[in-house]
Amino acid sequence: MIPLPGKTIAEKIFSNHSGTDARAGDIVVADVDFVMGQDGTTPLAIRALANMGVTEVFDPEKVAVVMDHSSPSPLEGVSALHTMMREFGKQTGCTVYDVGEGVCHQLIPEKGHVVPGDLMVGCDSHTCTYGALNVFSTGVGSTDGAAAMASGKLWFKVPDTMKVTYEGALQPGVFSKDLILYLAGQIGVDGATYEAIEFHGPVIDELSVEARMTISNMAIEVGAKAGLMKADAKTLQWFEGRGEKTPNPQDPDPDAAYARELTIDASAIGPQVAKPHAVDNVSPIEEVEGTPIAEGVLGTCTNGRLEDLAIAASILKGRRVHPDVRFIVAPASRQILLDAIAAGYIQTLVEAGAALVTPGCGPCVGTHNGVPSDGENVISTANRNFKGRMGNSNAFIYLGSPATVAASVIEARITDPRKYFAG
Amino acid sequence: MELSAKAFKYGDDINTDYIISGKYKFKSADMEAMAHHAMEELDPHYYDKVKPNGGFLVAGKNFGMGSSREQAPLVLIHSNTKAVLAKSFARIFYRNAINTGLPVVECDTDLIDDGDDLVVDLEAGVVRNLTKGTEIPFPPLPPVMAQLLSDGGLVEHFKKYGGFNL
Repeated sequence: MIPLPGKTIAEKIFSNHSGTDARAGDIVVADVDFVMGQDGTTPLAIRALANMGVTEVFDPEKVAVVMDHSSPSPLEGVSALHTMMREFGKQTGCTVYDVGEGVCHQLIPEKGHVVPGDLMVGCDSHTCTYGALNVFSTGVGSTDGAAAMASGKLWFKVPDTMKVTYEGALQPGVFSKDLILYLAGQIGVDGATYEAIEFHGPVIDELSVEARMTISNMAIEVGAKAGLMKADAKTLQWFEGRGEKTPNPQDPDPDAAYARELTIDASAIGPQVAKPHAVDNVSPIEEVEGTPIAEGVLGTCTNGRLEDLAIAASILKGRRVHPDVRFIVAPASRQILLDAIAAGYIQTLVEAGAALVTPGCGPCVGTHNGVPSDGENVISTANRNFKGRMGNSNAFIYLGSPATVAASVIEARITDPRKYFAG
Repeated sequence: MELSAKAFKYGDDINTDYIISGKYKFKSADMEAMAHHAMEELDPHYYDKVKPNGGFLVAGKNFGMGSSREQAPLVLIHSNTKAVLAKSFARIFYRNAINTGLPVVECDTDLIDDGDDLVVDLEAGVVRNLTKGTEIPFPPLPPVMAQLLSDGGLVEHFKKYGGFNL
């Protein structure tokens, strides 16, 4: 008999959670360590639970609902949905993160709800963010979320894995956002559909945990089910003091079987920009430099972390946002806002002309906080630039790194940030 | 189950923001009201065209990419979309469709034009194009999904078994 090859991170985590020798292609019913929903999806999950006749969640310690997408409420309809979520929290005892706490994808790891080796699902497609922390986390719909909240289980197809290795080193002024945008440009918006991606290589090793989360956050933008990384010393340090759970890191076996492998020379990558209206419509910044912009957005679950605010503040220190630009800053969580205040980043950004909004999703989903006008161009650190995404079908969204956004809001046009990092 | 209706054809990579914009999904939890905005970014008249007699939404590759919003299959159901036929589907949409009871068919949609009269036989795994007199085979759903769809979706499955019974 031919011995089976080693396992990928996904196969190991699914094996540990299903009591089977899980291999790519298997269908398993697995125990989930945590279930999360946000204000756009939880109301439908609550309704599904009611329709199932379920009045309790499987473990209130392992369920959280977050008001972040449209928060504080701009409309009475949203207020009613938020009320429904608060009542659900009281009824079930699950954790409720109310207005001002932050984006779900920052809060769930920040509060220590998940640790390396965990399996979790969230009713939000960017749940894949915690793959950077060696958590198999994936987005599901509200009914799947409800089933997981009710039973602590969900069925999964164990995905094939694509291995992406970033070799070389990042140029000054180039960031993890540029790495993932470059990949989207290379493999397309369905380049990894039904697959998990594992990110490896010296460039990933060098990145901070925060910067890694930017990459995993956008795994869904190439269709992937998860964007996984190994847990190293930095990862474990990041979790220190964040809760009671013990990390159980899962490295892939050296002889793991990958569906595909792709190696990218990061040294050759400059700042990247995704142009309207698709995340894989990616160009080197040189091709879009000078494009006029009316709004800049710094924040979201992709790039609203302390390091992102620090990068923007370093560029805007002593400079001014162009008078023709609205620069909206949404820290990803209350803790990040506090840390950014303590570090002086908020002072710098606001003095430069930024409009600071509540920790949360900011204007990313078009519900509030900066809907662009007809014909306007926006440069944003978010993860999606679909037509109408920010609430106006006649606006045009460009995606880039926090450095690219900060450099661009100074000049009211898309600007290569590398000039601020020279020498 | 045999379904009959006209084809309404669109392109590749149709994302969930196009199926139902984020700006509507927060306004209410009333899917019937929200359904009027189904596919609005691509076709402002989708609801008016499909609602009276039903229809098949026919698309290219990667239908339903983007967000996890279950409002996407729900507004299609409420606009009287009988099934979605596409060359391929984004993963979360595909699961959500099955969970909410919207049939999804992965087949070669190059063989279908806008306005064609179709019969979809889910058990036999064949789309009959009555306008063109052709048949397009498609692979059956994986057993787990076929069971969930035949139970009437995941909610009904849970009601029936009190949990997962797959």
